[in-house]
Amino acid sequence: MAAWLLRRVGAALLTVLAVVTLVFFAIHLAPGTPFLPSGDRPLDPAVEAGLRARFGLDRPLGIQYARYLAALARGDLGESFAQQRPVGAALAQALPNTLVLAGSALAVDLVLGTLLGVLMAARAGRRPDRWLGAATLVVYALPTFWLGLVLLLAFGQWLHWLPVGGVTDPVLHDALGFGGRFVDRVRHLVLPALSLGLVGAAGTARFQRAAMLEALGQGFVRTARAGGLSERQVLGHALRNALLPSITLLGLALPFLLTGSVVVESVFSWPGMGKLAADAIQGRDYPVVLAATLVAAVLVVCGSLLADLLYAAADPRIRRESA
Amino acid sequence: MTAASWLALVVVAACALAAARLLGAARAEALRRFLEPRGVRAGVAALLFFVLLALAAPLVSAYGPAAQLDITGLQSAPPSWRHLMGTDLLSRDVWTRITFGARVSLGIGVLATVVSVGLGALVGGAAGYFRGPTDAVLMRLVDVGLAVPRIFLVLAVLALGHPLGAASLALLIGCTGWFATSRLVRSEVLSLRERVFVEGARALGLRPWRILARHVLPGTGAVVIVAAALGVANAMLLEAGLSFLGVGVQPPVPSWGNMIADARDQLATAPWASLFPGLAITAVVVALHAVADGVRSALDPHAPLAS
Repeated sequence: MAAWLLRRVGAALLTVLAVVTLVFFAIHLAPGTPFLPSGDRPLDPAVEAGLRARFGLDRPLGIQYARYLAALARGDLGESFAQQRPVGAALAQALPNTLVLAGSALAVDLVLGTLLGVLMAARAGRRPDRWLGAATLVVYALPTFWLGLVLLLAFGQWLHWLPVGGVTDPVLHDALGFGGRFVDRVRHLVLPALSLGLVGAAGTARFQRAAMLEALGQGFVRTARAGGLSERQVLGHALRNALLPSITLLGLALPFLLTGSVVVESVFSWPGMGKLAADAIQGRDYPVVLAATLVAAVLVVCGSLLADLLYAAADPRIRRESA
Repeated sequence: MTAASWLALVVVAACALAAARLLGAARAEALRRFLEPRGVRAGVAALLFFVLLALAAPLVSAYGPAAQLDITGLQSAPPSWRHLMGTDLLSRDVWTRITFGARVSLGIGVLATVVSVGLGALVGGAAGYFRGPTDAVLMRLVDVGLAVPRIFLVLAVLALGHPLGAASLALLIGCTGWFATSRLVRSEVLSLRERVFVEGARALGLRPWRILARHVLPGTGAVVIVAAALGVANAMLLEAGLSFLGVGVQPPVPSWGNMIADARDQLATAPWASLFPGLAITAVVVALHAVADGVRSALDPHAPLAS
């Protein structure tokens, strides 16, 4: 088990290194320049040369790459052109917000998705299954940012139930007590988390329904029924087996949530990593884009590593094979 | 909308329904079984409708896609008989832009998928057929590609560049979308290559690439069709997201994504301008998912109850 874990972690590190390489060269080989004139006058060549020298962009690409890796090893992600501060500082501010948003969305995704999936499988072929099947098909097809806009319109603009953007209330938050601040944060979190979580939950529900139906078709379910267990108990037994393949979903959900967070954070002005990256694109601030991509890849790799570990913990057969 | 464009719209809808019905009554057994569930028939009809709508865009709409009809009188006008889906802030007809936007959005989805499925089949086929070091190298590459959420890969390429034209954008989206497909194709090819007909082809002395292209890859058709249907859906959603961020299709060319982006500031006062393009994306993606499900269950006799 220890050797297997070591191999997996080693492979994960190599993957991240390869991602850095791929994205570094993708950015630098793509056409364009980070420095654009502000206003109508063309950029003075001397000024541009100075900027290039200051950020080390006048060196050969191989040297730039080596220097980037060396800095990365020291934990230095470079300097943001637009924000004029270390990229690490900008990311450190944004990452917790993204983790809160993605974590809440993941909870909605898995809990709601599993519940609906079990409900559909238990009523397979009957009316609740057909209606939920149609509903999840539609919700799964919604562009997350558009669902965000619709929720914003309904609950923010028309009903005035929830705030329309940001993490906290800019005016009231500091004046509130501890409980009030918590409620304020949750109220701001609801709409973005639902935009991401509902779409994911629809996909999870469809997956869970299939997994449940497969488990319900197995011999142990017949045995359980023959033994006189109630249908609820039978579903419980089947669910434990049907949950196993959905551990894989945990690993797959992260890329989806991170992709979604880029646009959803922009809709709700949520100051997270996705909005940071999207804003950096506007400012041609590529060190930020590179760093955000790197962090996203690390999160995805960690997610799939975690999924593998959970799988091994949950299923003794896999543990024996990989040991 | 003029009387002529209404007529054209009715003809388009009728053609889509008739074509779907005709396909359902086809002689080919596989096609009939695929189109048997009502959901799949509706999905095929909807896809045909949107494709015909895109092709017949100038006929079913009465204005130009970028025409500003009356910047003072028709700004953000609500839906009416003349303007089926209202107008946007610049007094452009939303329905007209939906139909022309269908060309851009569907076109990008299809072109990106041709690229991604082509690359996926090529890489997955080579990895599965040749195995050994080829397989190891290609699949590590796929691991790397799958580790980065797709939108970040696209954003990285766009980080320095000027915004791309629609065709280059489609190529870029396609180049970031083949990783999962190649894994699926590889596992299919791994089992196909052990079959007797492949051994026969080898015994006849056919060259490996020829065996792969002519005898092995066609056997992965089902997997590829499902991947392609889902691929078009994902590419369209990605295009919409990128256009929403302002780095996708550039105005004044309408795409469903940049229509939503353009209209987001008028969400409270003119919701129709962003709601309808979103509904259009959703409808096409639902239809594609339904078709993918249909192919999957038509080809899998053990599939649990089709939904």
